[in-house]
Amino acid sequence: MTELLAVRDLIVNYHSERGIVRALDGVSLAIGKGEVVGLVGESGCGKSTLARAILGVLPVPASEVRAGAIAFGGDNLLTLASAEIARRIRGRRITFIPQDPYGSLNPLFTIGQQMLDLMHWKSPRAAAAGRSAWPAVLSRYPSARRAQDRAAILDMLGAVQIPNPEQALAKLPHELSGGQRQRIVIAMALLPQPELIIADEPTTALDVTIQAQILRLLHREVKRRQVSMLFTTHDLGTAWEICDRVVVMYAGQDVEAAPTPAFFAAPRHPYTSKLLESLPRTDGVAQDIPGEIPSLIAPPQGCRFHPRCYFATTECTITRPPVSGGAHVVRCYHPLGASTGVAA
Amino acid sequence: MSAALLEVQGLSHRFRLKDGRAVRAVDGVDLAVGAGEILGIVGESGCGKSTLGKTLIGVLGADDGTVRFEGAPIQNLDGTALRAVRSRLQYVYQDAGAALDPRWTIGRSLDEALVIHTALPRAERDARVRETLAAVGLHGDQLSLYPHEISGGQQRRVGLARVLALHPKLLILDEPTSGLDVSVQATILKLLVALWKQYGLTLLFISHDLAVVRSICTRVAVMYLGRIVETGPTAGIFTNPRHPYTKSLLAAVPLPGGRRVIDEAWLEGEPPDPLDIPSGCRFRNRCPMAQPLCATDDPTLRPLAPGHNAACHFA
Amino acid sequence: MRSETALVLRKLAEDRLALVGLLIVLALLACAVFAPWLATFPEAVTEFNPAHRLRPPDSVYLLGTDRLGADIYSRLLFGARITIAIALVAVGVAVAVGVPLGLIAGIHDGVASNLIMRLADIFLAVPQIVLAIAIAQTLGPSLPNVILALSATFWPWFTRLVYAETRSVRNETFIEATVALGASPARVVCLHVLPNIVSPIIVRITLGLGFTILTAAALGFLGLGAPPPTPEWGRTIAESREYLPDAWWYAAAPGLAIFLVVVGFNMLGDGLRDVLDPRTRRAGRPRD
Repeated sequence: MTELLAVRDLIVNYHSERGIVRALDGVSLAIGKGEVVGLVGESGCGKSTLARAILGVLPVPASEVRAGAIAFGGDNLLTLASAEIARRIRGRRITFIPQDPYGSLNPLFTIGQQMLDLMHWKSPRAAAAGRSAWPAVLSRYPSARRAQDRAAILDMLGAVQIPNPEQALAKLPHELSGGQRQRIVIAMALLPQPELIIADEPTTALDVTIQAQILRLLHREVKRRQVSMLFTTHDLGTAWEICDRVVVMYAGQDVEAAPTPAFFAAPRHPYTSKLLESLPRTDGVAQDIPGEIPSLIAPPQGCRFHPRCYFATTECTITRPPVSGGAHVVRCYHPLGASTGVAA
Repeated sequence: MSAALLEVQGLSHRFRLKDGRAVRAVDGVDLAVGAGEILGIVGESGCGKSTLGKTLIGVLGADDGTVRFEGAPIQNLDGTALRAVRSRLQYVYQDAGAALDPRWTIGRSLDEALVIHTALPRAERDARVRETLAAVGLHGDQLSLYPHEISGGQQRRVGLARVLALHPKLLILDEPTSGLDVSVQATILKLLVALWKQYGLTLLFISHDLAVVRSICTRVAVMYLGRIVETGPTAGIFTNPRHPYTKSLLAAVPLPGGRRVIDEAWLEGEPPDPLDIPSGCRFRNRCPMAQPLCATDDPTLRPLAPGHNAACHFA
Repeated sequence: MRSETALVLRKLAEDRLALVGLLIVLALLACAVFAPWLATFPEAVTEFNPAHRLRPPDSVYLLGTDRLGADIYSRLLFGARITIAIALVAVGVAVAVGVPLGLIAGIHDGVASNLIMRLADIFLAVPQIVLAIAIAQTLGPSLPNVILALSATFWPWFTRLVYAETRSVRNETFIEATVALGASPARVVCLHVLPNIVSPIIVRITLGLGFTILTAAALGFLGLGAPPPTPEWGRTIAESREYLPDAWWYAAAPGLAIFLVVVGFNMLGDGLRDVLDPRTRRAGRPRD
């Protein structure tokens, strides 16, 4: 599989009142063409920071990229001018599905107005038309293109199973249910025909039956269009449902990356193995992980999991473990099942 | 089942809207909670499970029906009588951080419960607070902190300690693990089971998370649109669900390492508008088994196996 | 609550405008308290020297003299005492009446709540200065009547504020949780609701003090304040009108004093509003 996006050794700090928050500590991640990668971790592990870094929307000036690269189709997104990212990449080649569709849709405009506005700037046809000589706000939306875009929107609403697409376009966001709003937002992420979708916990706010519907829809549409997707979630269950591969983060470090079946069958990092054990069980209460997630202002040296790790030795407290394993990558000096890992 | 500690019959609570319409949030609930049980109330958002809990403790008034606690009716009590009941019947809020006064220290918030319900002198209250604090796994030096200065997991522990200090009989837990990371969730669940044993509690465990309910509850009641549609022992509900809604709910839960939900049949559509509940069986619009009978006859809970009831004509 | 007080003071010290406001307010207080010692002619309030009338500012009469030959600087200092007294008592009475009424209206639904709020609305419907003039005029010019007029026009502002804040705090989970715990209504209101709405009340008091000083000066200017020879600032400006523009200092000194004090209270109030705003204060620890 060819690589579409590669994050290499990314270090991101935030400046806060109480000190420097070391949010990402040398994180690497690759997404293949058409691949759905789950970025899994508990809150505060840095998955949202990584998603924001890829989208080029890290808060300024609170954050600082100290090192690393994000390669996407021949560009390094970290060195590209932000105007260039806004014009060529964000919203066009990389789109975004937020966690809370209510907050991301403007409550004052109808669904149709918002979708057409998106198409005006970000549809493939807008890209083909090139830049207008006029300042953006004054540029006209050619009626022929508008009609084509409208047809594309209606098509897409059908694909995401919105009943009565024509009527839905005339509605305001609050007139739709949470599940329907999430379908609209998914449609908006698919419409520019992106190469990569960043989905930030898109089903967290939904009930389990609606979640199942949305996951199924999302999976079908990205696979049909061969779009890659980075799917951040704290829920191992959703990661299991739709991801081809899973990358697990802990306290700003990537600790394990593996194809989904191999990962769930035999996790190799002590943290991920504990994480799977803490899932609710059918036969009584699950095992918890002793201790708490460390403060990212003064994180532990070396592997940040070592204070809670049963297997930790001195070397774990000094430097971060290197990457090991082939398709099933683990960053640990004492991986579980060391002899069988490569086979996955 | 042992003697019922809490008996609910035909309980209803309606939210009145400004335009005169009413949302039937809890609509004729029958329920019995035996002493020492952990009864799970599961359902999706808007099914009325939190409203049911708040109606049981009297924060919301009952429009219909009775609630008997230790044999005595407690619905719509007020003043002193209600306060007397509340020392034995307590509610633990979902958002533990928001349920603590932001301007009060943890210690003062914990003490308040005892000030309200006991006549203990200060030293004895202090001792009781420290004892409960230890039971929920917190340290005495956290008493001087403010709610925003401790983590979400610790806030839940404080919320538990606050009501446990009263030595209640029955605790209603509203989504005690929602919004927590799985590892913290496991810690809190472990703690709940330990406290349940240590204090001889009866728990009403309100949750949308079926996996959590399965791991901790002894019995389960499934709610849909203000009504309980199925109750039974946990094993019976999860291995042999009878109501079609329970079946589709279970089918939608991801099982890491198991079958994939997105590959299987699942529940179509969304719950109807609670202002416009369908006639007859309220699930019939989404039910794969619906028959003409379902539109005319509202099914009531009927026994299908020992302790296992479902409200469905065809279960 | 000690740590929070320290935090508020620290943030206040970082806010330059608020700090200037605080300094002006403290200076006003110092003037009022130490007036007999700071004044160059402490007897100027009651003793006059017609031979020295309308002298421009010089090294003896720092801010010049008035039509009766009294030292304006000394009279200003003693005037500060009256200003402070009027503002504190008037706002104090307004708080004592307005806050409990607002709490009652905010907690209860029904007739009592509606009665209180409609009464407040009636008071608010008439421009404050007009209402104050009407009351002061009817009762006759004297210091207590000025205070009464100002309190009578100012309490509805506190009632409205406390009502709105109470309504929003009442819906907070911790209030419901305290009720569910078994707390009595009195406990909930006094120990949980009131402390959580103290910040906006403090801000309103600070801004209200400045506003009350301005209104009191206006009443004095119109001759509705304390009778002469009280060294009241507004009255002094009124007296000076006959001698303008030649005796410019006569009007300028009290005018500037009123201006500075009102601006000082406003800057302090705005600063406090920012510092006490719970949205900035409660930004504690992120999710764990």
